[in-house]
Amino acid sequence: MIASFKIEHATRSSRIGVAAFGLAFVLLAAAPAWGGRDDLRLLSEIYAYVALASLWNLLAGYAGLVSVGQQAYVGLGGYVLFASTILAGVHPLLAVPLAGAVAAVVALPVAGLMFRLRGHYFAIGTWVVAEVFRLIASQISALGGGSGISLPASIVTAMAPSRQLREFLMYWVALALVVLVLAAIVLLLRSRYGLALTAIRDNELAARSNGVDVTRTKLVVYVLTAFGTAMVGALIFLQKLRISPDTAFSVNDWTAFVIFITVIGGIGRVEGPIIGTIIFFVLRQTLADLGSLYLLMLGAVAIAVMLLAPKGIWGFLAERFGWQLLPLERRLRFAADARTT
Amino acid sequence: MEWVNIVIQGVLIGGLYAMFAAGLALIFGVMRLVNIAHGDLIVLAAYIALMTTDTLGINPLLAIVIVVPIMAAIGYGLQRALLNRTLGDDLLPPLLVTFGLSVIIQNALLELFTADSRRLRAGAIEVASFPLVEGVWIGVLPLLQFAVAVAVIGVLQLLFYRTAFGRAFRATSDDQSVAQLMGLDNRHVFALAMALSLAVIAVAGVFIAIRTNFDPAIGPARLIFGFEAVIIGGLGSMWGTLAGGIILGVAQAIGAQINPGWQLLAGHLAFLFILALRPEGLFPKVKG
Repeated sequence: MIASFKIEHATRSSRIGVAAFGLAFVLLAAAPAWGGRDDLRLLSEIYAYVALASLWNLLAGYAGLVSVGQQAYVGLGGYVLFASTILAGVHPLLAVPLAGAVAAVVALPVAGLMFRLRGHYFAIGTWVVAEVFRLIASQISALGGGSGISLPASIVTAMAPSRQLREFLMYWVALALVVLVLAAIVLLLRSRYGLALTAIRDNELAARSNGVDVTRTKLVVYVLTAFGTAMVGALIFLQKLRISPDTAFSVNDWTAFVIFITVIGGIGRVEGPIIGTIIFFVLRQTLADLGSLYLLMLGAVAIAVMLLAPKGIWGFLAERFGWQLLPLERRLRFAADARTT
Repeated sequence: MEWVNIVIQGVLIGGLYAMFAAGLALIFGVMRLVNIAHGDLIVLAAYIALMTTDTLGINPLLAIVIVVPIMAAIGYGLQRALLNRTLGDDLLPPLLVTFGLSVIIQNALLELFTADSRRLRAGAIEVASFPLVEGVWIGVLPLLQFAVAVAVIGVLQLLFYRTAFGRAFRATSDDQSVAQLMGLDNRHVFALAMALSLAVIAVAGVFIAIRTNFDPAIGPARLIFGFEAVIIGGLGSMWGTLAGGIILGVAQAIGAQINPGWQLLAGHLAFLFILALRPEGLFPKVKG
């Protein structure tokens, strides 16, 4: 006899969390009304880092694919945007999803090669791929070669007539993209793939012996992450209006910061990268003039967190108080009549 | 004759890459750790060589005698104090900690020595060369560097297979818990392996400092060259890393000859090509 049951995802804290996210979204969507130009720029940058860190967290924290080469897809996304708008006349906002699609297609053969490298060597392999992309980009003279290229004014003004409207538009697109990335990750984790991913995160061998197709799941996550990362990359460089191989494929900007954010916030939890990004930006606003010392300190803090509290700040809080901000739990509830039988 | 020259240059620079690779392969073999800070430690060795020659006024080649023990001590201390605590079944901690270390070393060097590129002066030997046959010239310094690389790898091979030291490494590599039961202190063995790895790259660091300009940011590229040489050569074989280094050096030299912008790209493509065709490398010894 099959008991009737349903699976509950939400807890009391996650209901509060979702309400808080909803409120924050309304507030942030209205930012053009209450914030200045600098606020919008800072918020857009925060969104980009939340999205990049969340995607890296999915890759490394859940699928166990520790990549130090995600700058390959940030840069690829940026370059696809510049190439498609400048050379093919694609609308810049349409070029953002296009960048994601191109990256997903590129990620397939890359994964085919990189998955041959075990564990640690995979990490450095992904770095080689990013270097290859950077070197190829600096050979493309139509896109400025090694010195890079600016987005022509005609393309920029085609997006919206006034500068203010353009800034609002870009801001909303950045907000929409981070909401999209977070929603996609939450939905993915609630799906069958999410169960498989959580199993892989906790114990790869046990997951395999319970029938999880580990390689396939990892491939899906790798390709999806490339898709999202490239869209974020495209938007980052649409906002910068200028791209060069060194900025597009920078390991410090797009991987070191992202890794430190995720580790400090809490790897293997969706909330971790969000908390980590907030901490990162608060620290940066106060310590910005320290320059390379800031990066040095960030590295030291990340090492300390990894050794002393490997689940990061959010992991510590979640375990201590049982908090979770998003409805990701799975709790089996049997119907009342089924329980009596 | 031009191409013969190019291939010879590639082979000779390959010795340097083999030294990067040998240090990397050594610690991977013993403790399954991939040290992302490897390249930055090479650059650190180059700066220590710079400080040594600046303060003592000795020939850079002589500085090897001082830089090697310093780097070995750093390696031993680093492993005991930090890296031993990251080892375990989980891949994440060692990767993230060595990645953090890489960023720390790079930025500390930047603070101390600025981003200016530096170079060591070794005197007349820098430009000395002799003809091998008509039209083929060999630089004395590149040849010396290659000979040192071959010697280093030969010594490592002997150490691994002919001494009690090497037996401890191999035992720990095969089975950590059994090695411990047999009375080996793994923490000490790992620290010795890291000390040896950094001693090897100390030699490489001094040669880099003499042969090319260097600055705090060149570390990651050295890590990548070493890694590519390891994978091309095949895991677990010291002579394989020499072959891997040579193949990488020759690929880069040929690429540079076709188009200066293709030097690094050609090396990476050779690596990807071999990864596609023979993922276990050309001379694999152990599966892993």
